[in-house]
Amino acid sequence: MTTQTTPTTRAVVLPSGVVPAGTPERPRRQRGSRLLIWVFLAPTLIGLGLFSFVPIIGSFVLAFFRWDIISAPEFIGVGNFVDLAANPTVRVSFLNTIGFVVVAVTVQLAVALLLAILVQSRMPEWLRTFFRSALFFPLVLSAASVSLVMAYLFNQEFGLVNEFLGLFGVGNIGWLTTGFGAKVVVLLVYVWQNFGFTFLLFIGGLAAIPREVYEASSLDGAHGWSQFRNVTLPLVSPTMLVASVMAIISALQIFDQPYVLTRGGPGDETRTAVMVIYESAFQQLDFGLASAIGIVLTLLIMLVTAAQFQLSKRFVFYG
Amino acid sequence: MSTAATEVRPPRGRLAAAGKYTVLGVAALLTLAPVVWTLITALTPSNIDTNETEFGLGAFADVFNQIPILLYTWNSALVTLLIAAGQMLTAAMAGYVFARFDFTGKRILFGAILATMMVPMQVTIVPVFMLIRGMGLADTLLALIVPMIPTAFGTFLMRQYFMGLPPELAEAAQIDGAGPWKIFFGVYLPLATPGLAIVGILAFNYHWNEFFRPLILTISEQNFTLPLGLVTLQGNLGTGSVATVLAGVILSMIPAALVFVFGQKPLREGLTAGISK
Repeated sequence: MTTQTTPTTRAVVLPSGVVPAGTPERPRRQRGSRLLIWVFLAPTLIGLGLFSFVPIIGSFVLAFFRWDIISAPEFIGVGNFVDLAANPTVRVSFLNTIGFVVVAVTVQLAVALLLAILVQSRMPEWLRTFFRSALFFPLVLSAASVSLVMAYLFNQEFGLVNEFLGLFGVGNIGWLTTGFGAKVVVLLVYVWQNFGFTFLLFIGGLAAIPREVYEASSLDGAHGWSQFRNVTLPLVSPTMLVASVMAIISALQIFDQPYVLTRGGPGDETRTAVMVIYESAFQQLDFGLASAIGIVLTLLIMLVTAAQFQLSKRFVFYG
Repeated sequence: MSTAATEVRPPRGRLAAAGKYTVLGVAALLTLAPVVWTLITALTPSNIDTNETEFGLGAFADVFNQIPILLYTWNSALVTLLIAAGQMLTAAMAGYVFARFDFTGKRILFGAILATMMVPMQVTIVPVFMLIRGMGLADTLLALIVPMIPTAFGTFLMRQYFMGLPPELAEAAQIDGAGPWKIFFGVYLPLATPGLAIVGILAFNYHWNEFFRPLILTISEQNFTLPLGLVTLQGNLGTGSVATVLAGVILSMIPAALVFVFGQKPLREGLTAGISK
């Protein structure tokens, strides 16, 4: 969702009004343009160099040092990586993060695809606009504020959720005070806010399927489930790939929701990888360990993305 | 599509339609209900003496009394608007060069710019924090603004946008005697306004709501942005004054809601830009 995590692919669909550069690019060297080129590039090149490239290298180097910011950094080789593998909190956080990603992304993709198919089906235009806008609205809110609101809704004593469940005779659930409850809430709050993005992607993907394909398959007797299974799913699979890559990358970086809702608790039940980076660096002043965890997270992101593109060769249908 | 209502449908179709609207309705309800509940709760604070809830703007007044919300709003606005403006300008300039000129190292530079998008910000935050300290910007609003102005994604978006504009415009302007600077500022930049709007709105939406960086890069309360200030407010109040915290949340939502109402199209296009079919 953040601009930082947007993977770029070579095939690009542009905002309406933008024509892809299908026509051969015709760059011209205009008189006096040399100065313009470098003046225009300077802010971006210097800025990204300083605030992206240097930190990426810095992170990598720092991962091999012990440094508490006060005393001089000390080279310890792979010491930080050995530490993080042995550290139970780090291990639990990574397991939490991976478990969270698997469930959250599955739910997010399924819910988003179902709702996108329903919204794109036959209905009055005003109703379609209403549903589309309503479902996408949480995206413009801040994850921190949303989590504040949800913390009240899921409060054990006076939260609306328990009050509502009480109507059906469900006893008081300690949503934020039990490990399982806290995990469920973090997951629900995250998916609640983020499924709208996946939903938008699927709407785009579904809109690109030609109407004739459905008509032809209907004539051949395909309806309902068989149409979904044999027509919609294969044709929407390229979108599915992009949506899942983006959803996984973004879910691997979850921080705001568990930080505000549970501070990682109870115990370490909802602690995530990025929370441990934050805590190691800015609470325990172990900047080397924090960098090492960051490197592992980056590698995890790259590995998952590469694996998805490999798998997609078998499952994604490019008509 | 509009003929759907007049069509006579078999019972199975009507059942399917009922199911469809039920699912969508429940989903829309689950999406909107927390927002509506927040608004209602903020408008009905409980009286400390009688412990009864009453309708009123008291909770909103409390927000102003208990936290420097105007300061937080100002900080958030300053950070967000300067990042948005900075991104629009630098992305337009760099994107224009990549779209319209040929020069040595162009492909490598563009590839390097795109590569920076691969590494998440949470991973580089430690070195960024040190750089900021080294530059003497620790615990200032500039620490939040400056590192975010150069934008790889914005540069990519603007490059695509400028590539979609006809190159003949430059030739025509050149014949009229316009130099390269005039061609950019007088001809191409005005035409790129829709692209700039996308970059600006994406930046606004992201940075107005941002929590992680302000949490790390600001220390004193006078530099807090809204999301950070609200979480602090909740921490200070505990669970005692729900209405006050929620009134703060509502106030912080207003600009986001305005973006949603007036900038939904560019926002949608921006979010899904750069995605393959």
